[in-house]
Amino acid sequence: MVLPFNPQDQPHESEFSLDFNAKPWTLDRVITSCTDEGQVAIQELMGALVEQGWDGSEFFQVNMAAEEAVVNAIEHGNKRDPCKSVHLLFRVSPTEIYLEITDQGSGFNPDTLPDPTDEDLIEKPRGRGVMLIKEFMSEVHYNDRGNSVVMIKRRSAETGDSDSNG
Amino acid sequence: MATPKRIVVNEQDGVSVVRFVDRKIVDSSSIEQLGEELIALVTVDKRNMLLLNFENVEFLSSAALNKLISLRNKIKPTGGTLKLCNLHKDIEQVFKITKLDKLIEILPNEEKGLASFK
Repeated sequence: MVLPFNPQDQPHESEFSLDFNAKPWTLDRVITSCTDEGQVAIQELMGALVEQGWDGSEFFQVNMAAEEAVVNAIEHGNKRDPCKSVHLLFRVSPTEIYLEITDQGSGFNPDTLPDPTDEDLIEKPRGRGVMLIKEFMSEVHYNDRGNSVVMIKRRSAETGDSDSNG
Repeated sequence: MATPKRIVVNEQDGVSVVRFVDRKIVDSSSIEQLGEELIALVTVDKRNMLLLNFENVEFLSSAALNKLISLRNKIKPTGGTLKLCNLHKDIEQVFKITKLDKLIEILPNEEKGLASFK
């Protein structure tokens, strides 16, 4: 049996200031807790980025953030439970990217995660995904329960400059 | 050990130079396999001077970073050294943000990497 999503657990796009001036490319999909399905969706997302003219460091950074968030949802959120799903809502325009990823886990508090760069933790092989997401995206929001993340990337002024580090 | 699938290893001046087969190190089963092959270089092959050449790698996830940290932690007690070279600028940025460049030395290219072991 597959658990249904509780609509209250998900953030809503209307809560965020978005500037999609044309109809953006959209992927709205519920996947099982299987990283292969996540990979397929991310590949489609990255294909859309190419079509909308995203490249260079920004392309890399969005790829990294999407990858980390989807893997976190499947592995840490749903703990690979086959009864649980992950809802993906991706929108891509030439100037803005909106990624909303919701799992059916109990959620986490991003503010209480230890800093993986602390001297005591730097040798521990964990905890870097959330840090990279925060660094690479323009905005990152978690819902109150901590099982849904919204990540927004706005195109920088150096768009198209592949030597930019964003 | 058995012939590795995810890496290619060449011995040069007493240093094992490791290249990656995958351009994107992202698939979870491939990352697990990669991690096991890297650790086996130390535990089975008894190599402990490793230079990982990332020339071929365009993308890697934090799960792959974790395997590099585990490898570094496995080498350290043997008195050996792990170094990296030829990182794509975006990947190098990942190492800087996570401060892993303080844990594992990064050299600009293989020549300088090899020279740094002397």
